[in-house]
Amino acid sequence: MLDVSEAPTEAQFEFITFSAGDQSFCLEITQIREIRRWTPVTKLPHTPDDVLGVMNLRGAVIPIFDLSARFGLGETIDNERNVVIVAAAGGTTIGLLVESVSEILSVAKSAIQETPDIKSEAARQAILGVISVGESMVRVVNLDAVLDNEGGTV
Amino acid sequence: MSNSSIRDTFFEECEELLEALVEGLAAMEENASDMEVVNAVFRAVHSIKGGAGAFALDRLVNFAHTFETVMDKVRSKQLAVNEELMLLFHRSGDQLADLVEAARDEREPNAESEAAILKELSAYLGDVESEEEIAFDAAPLAFDAAPLALDIGEHDPPTGTELRRFDIRFCPTPALYANGHEPLLLFDALAELGPLSVTADLSRLPEFDRFDPEDAVINWRLTLLTSEDETVLHEVFEFVDALCDLEIAVSDEPVVAVDEPPLDSRASQGLPAPTDRAALAEPKAQEDTTPPPSAKTATASAPRDEPRGPRPTLRVDLDRVDRLINTVGELIINQAMISQRIEELELPAVAHLTNELEAYKLLARDIQEGVMAIRAQPVKPLFQRMSRIVREAAEVTGKKVKLVTVGDSTEVDKTVIERLADPLTHMVRNAVDHGLERPEKRAELGKDTTGAIRLSASHRSGSVFIEIADDGAGLNRARILEKAIEKGLVSPEAELSEQEVDNLLFLPGFSTAAEVSNLSGRGVGMDVVKNAVAALGGRVSITSSPGAGTTFTIVLPLTLAVMDGFVISIADQTMVIPIASIIETIRPNPRDLHCIGTDGEVISVRGAYVPIVDVARNLGLSSERADSSGVLLLVSTEGQGLTALRVGAIHDQRQVVIKSLESNYGAIAGVSAATILGDGKIALILDPDELVKLTPAAIFLPPASPPRPELRHA
Repeated sequence: MLDVSEAPTEAQFEFITFSAGDQSFCLEITQIREIRRWTPVTKLPHTPDDVLGVMNLRGAVIPIFDLSARFGLGETIDNERNVVIVAAAGGTTIGLLVESVSEILSVAKSAIQETPDIKSEAARQAILGVISVGESMVRVVNLDAVLDNEGGTV
Repeated sequence: MSNSSIRDTFFEECEELLEALVEGLAAMEENASDMEVVNAVFRAVHSIKGGAGAFALDRLVNFAHTFETVMDKVRSKQLAVNEELMLLFHRSGDQLADLVEAARDEREPNAESEAAILKELSAYLGDVESEEEIAFDAAPLAFDAAPLALDIGEHDPPTGTELRRFDIRFCPTPALYANGHEPLLLFDALAELGPLSVTADLSRLPEFDRFDPEDAVINWRLTLLTSEDETVLHEVFEFVDALCDLEIAVSDEPVVAVDEPPLDSRASQGLPAPTDRAALAEPKAQEDTTPPPSAKTATASAPRDEPRGPRPTLRVDLDRVDRLINTVGELIINQAMISQRIEELELPAVAHLTNELEAYKLLARDIQEGVMAIRAQPVKPLFQRMSRIVREAAEVTGKKVKLVTVGDSTEVDKTVIERLADPLTHMVRNAVDHGLERPEKRAELGKDTTGAIRLSASHRSGSVFIEIADDGAGLNRARILEKAIEKGLVSPEAELSEQEVDNLLFLPGFSTAAEVSNLSGRGVGMDVVKNAVAALGGRVSITSSPGAGTTFTIVLPLTLAVMDGFVISIADQTMVIPIASIIETIRPNPRDLHCIGTDGEVISVRGAYVPIVDVARNLGLSSERADSSGVLLLVSTEGQGLTALRVGAIHDQRQVVIKSLESNYGAIAGVSAATILGDGKIALILDPDELVKLTPAAIFLPPASPPRPELRHA
């Protein structure tokens, strides 16, 4: 996992940025296994709205979450640019549905700022830090928080 | 071979030997005068001792030695086997198993029970033996290097002065030399026992030009004067027993001489000492060359070899097998996909292609079955473990119990065996503690004072059935109900059928024992058993009749990786339901459907009204009331008895590969797992028992509230 405090100062981190719920997010590239086009999934009964269902990833059954819904930003609107980011952490593999993938961002450790002191505990949990890119701000997703609260809205 | 791997081999063999020991003891109980059985037990203990000596496991050696010495007395008919001694043997066997386990895990064994049993065993021996025992401790170390020397230590101090003359005829086979044995070393070992004279019989020596250097042509006659037992002599030849023709005759004890030697040599041929194999590190060579010792002994030992002899086996890392199983699972999915693709092509006149495809399907299934068979293991070790549990439980409760096992050789997936040990232990303990009456009570009722517990395993219609039956008092339904009401598990007004009362036992936190005994009733109850079995995809049921006993039946799927299921559609989704759970499929006639209340619906099946459960609604996939079209699947569930599940349609019956949902997501009510269909899509596998239980939640909860609140965090 990305460790903000201990990484060497000049180390470069690579992130893949994407948008979900009209906000810009990113994940460290080492956590991402692949990016897939959205294909219909098998719905699971009795699951929260942000759990879209399960998908067959070469024989493994992986759950797909709607990242936007999970962060309370409303359901992702159907769009042909929608993709599923397959990410792995701590032995589990999950898929995250996002609106679209934007670019690969390479930044030095120093460019990652701590999450501003916002009120929402849940939001602080879900975001590891922020990176400013030009005019916009990119939020670094804490994948563990997404995984830990499996089945619940962050 | 590194030392640790030899050590591992030793402990693996110990397990086999302990198994043989338990089996032998059970056979002794049937017929203690069968010398072959006694010999087999003796050999097992002796081989453990021999191996333990090589690893300087002194406590194990010491205990095995005492055990063996008592066994030897039985063998030489100096000691008659009675019930008490038999019990001691059983306990000694258990203790030996504990010591082996302790030695393997390198921890301290329970010294208290060891000392107690040693004391009891020693009571059967004279003073002489106990002296011998002390002298024995140091011996194996001194002879560490030579495998033959393991046994020599035992007869270090001559215990008597009375000398006997043994005439030994020793005819080695070529295999003896091929395995690297040297007669001279054997003779040296014999010479240590007393004055030895050796004569070589050169009569079979061929002409020089026909001389085959790999043949064994020289036979020996040996005369030994010694105070030692004949057993000791056999021990010298132990490692070459199967590789030579051996006759030992005692000149001054004609009775023993006629009776014992053939028995003994045959018994040891049936059971080549495993330490021998370890020492040679070349078991295959030995197996290949064993056949021609002599026509006579070969035929004599052949029928005995079949059930008892070591079958050639291969030890494989479990990971490798599991990887293979996974890959085969992929193969099955792939095969289904190819079939589906070809169907979609709608090729004209492709009869031979469909034939080929069918053959592919069968092959894939064969491979899959073959691979699953690798993981399959007989339930015998599990059952044998239970015999110990029964003994211990009987001792604590002061009841007399006999364990009968049926279907030991039934094969079950390894994981099932491993995960069944705890629930089975619990159930067997329960059967002894709660199931059986006290001996006095039994005598009063005119039953045999020894209670019987029957443990049986069998394969029936693609499932494994394991039954634990006792011939005790049967369930006290009135007390169960009283207890359940007292604990607030059921309402006092509830009218429950016998079956429902029985099933109360499986409720969490239920314990019927009036007083909490040491043995059972520690708060973990049958619900734990039920959960453990359910986790394996199985179920437990109870039948009981007052006065005649109680039977618990565990039904498990044959394999954990693949199952047969109906592919069904529910709302707009494709799902799979295990065939094993379905009793009958019904296409309902509107006449047979009846409504109860506003929401309830029943179907009359041959006169009985069976509640209908709408699967789509229970899963929250459709909120409106389903039309009466569709198919009903009659299932028997734990909680509700007979229930009809309404599904959209049945499409196919096929073998599906079970994929866990829990590894990447978590458990979902009503769904046991998932599978991948021919088109690559995921289908959920339904769990009828859980599905039916969902009913109340679906009805009483308003649609807006979360159906599974425990999953929500924030």
